[in-house]
Amino acid sequence: MRPGSSSFTDFLAAHEPNLLPSSHSHGGGVPLDVPHGTTIVSLTFADGVLMAGDRRATMGNIIAQRDIEKVYPADEYSAVGIAGSAGLAIELVRLLQVELEHYEKIEGTTLSLTGKANRLASMIRGNLQMAMQGLAVVPLFAGYDHEISSGRIFSYDVTGGRYEEHSYHAVGSGGFFARGSLKKLYRESMSSSDAVLASVQALYDAADDDSATGGPDLMRGIYPVVATVTADGYRRLPDDEIGATVQQVVAARTERPDGPAAPLT
Amino acid sequence: MSVPFYVSPEQIIKDKADYARKGIARGRSVAVLQYTDGILFVAENPSRALHKVSEIYDRIAFAAVGKYNEFENLRVAGIRLADLRGYSFDRRDVTVRNLANAYAQTLGTIFTETSKPYEVEIVVAEVGDESSADQMYRLTFDGSVADEHGYVVMGGSAENISNYLEEQYTEGLDLAPATRLAVSALGHDGEEAREISSEQLEVAVLDRKRSQTRKFQRVTAQRLATLLGDDTGGKGKKK
Repeated sequence: MRPGSSSFTDFLAAHEPNLLPSSHSHGGGVPLDVPHGTTIVSLTFADGVLMAGDRRATMGNIIAQRDIEKVYPADEYSAVGIAGSAGLAIELVRLLQVELEHYEKIEGTTLSLTGKANRLASMIRGNLQMAMQGLAVVPLFAGYDHEISSGRIFSYDVTGGRYEEHSYHAVGSGGFFARGSLKKLYRESMSSSDAVLASVQALYDAADDDSATGGPDLMRGIYPVVATVTADGYRRLPDDEIGATVQQVVAARTERPDGPAAPLT
Repeated sequence: MSVPFYVSPEQIIKDKADYARKGIARGRSVAVLQYTDGILFVAENPSRALHKVSEIYDRIAFAAVGKYNEFENLRVAGIRLADLRGYSFDRRDVTVRNLANAYAQTLGTIFTETSKPYEVEIVVAEVGDESSADQMYRLTFDGSVADEHGYVVMGGSAENISNYLEEQYTEGLDLAPATRLAVSALGHDGEEAREISSEQLEVAVLDRKRSQTRKFQRVTAQRLATLLGDDTGGKGKKK
């Protein structure tokens, strides 16, 4: 019952600080063995932006979960993918979702895309102490910017540094391999189906070389989570749609395990 | 030494209530109606920015009449309460009953403990999976809660409008007839019926058929014109 800011995080910090994900510090210098999320890729295409993530969470050399979801809607026009300590990251996403919705309800208008990206940056900065103890959270944020009518991608570092990425980006332990793959596969203004194909190829390449990234599990029917954000909003692609693309990629890889060959010139 | 005049508690309460009632009576009214697919909110409100109806949570909305700064304060507190609850438990654990109780406590405390009561009246409503599960609570300035069914009217001429709705309202209306009924009811606030143009209206729904988890939706000017069956798009002023 007090006038205050329209930020839910600020409200929590003032009234229920123990609910903030960054409020708990385990104190010791020993890194905890907790589940880690691995690879997230994001790329822009003709109608907006796409984000995809593999389904594996690892705890050391153990596979902690094989069907974890790491790509979430932040609000109707943005998506966030998480890499790093899964527990903290999922909590951070939940907080971000409430934060954006809270602002929208109180102010009667949505934050600009950069505004949302900056909110996320300050939340990550709040987690710095945990990051120093080995519990880093490094998300990837992407959304549709109505002002320029196109998709945009933002990456972060553990100190909350926010960097806008152009065309494509990947984070997580398999991020380097995925980025290398996307470098050869990315084309300007791709169709959404091409973008989905490129993201599945990139995740396949990441899983190929990084043990912590899970490849598509055809036996169990566990496929990457792929979501697009366009002028029509966030849409998670249904499993049968992704399944078809995954089967196509896997079939092609039985012919050529390294994936499509890029022209030399 | 001067002796303060003795004023009986009855008189104090009565004075406060009269004061609050007078404040509320100055404003335009709001009608809240159940229709087949949800709950409809219609407010007479010329402002596009200062809302009388707004979203609280997935299935919960808020409507108010009276002093803007006071009900805005309550609205923000409600959103904070709902978001805090949803964040610390789960989205399904946010209920309108909890919210109505919190408002009742707050308004009751303000009414008894401060010298100036809030000049507001609010309705909080939650849409269920079917219309029998819909809930509407009306809260007055002194913190009393009433569980309402069918329709609720608040504001200066609530009595006239309620009388009109009592005659005209039937259960199971579709959105378009419900909207038309609500608008014509708001027009029957005085001795003579008047027509309210669509620019003067703020309309929103809690639509149980909406595919998103957030069921609240404002009705845009264009859609309102269609609902009212007004081909001019509400541009022709009818007074």
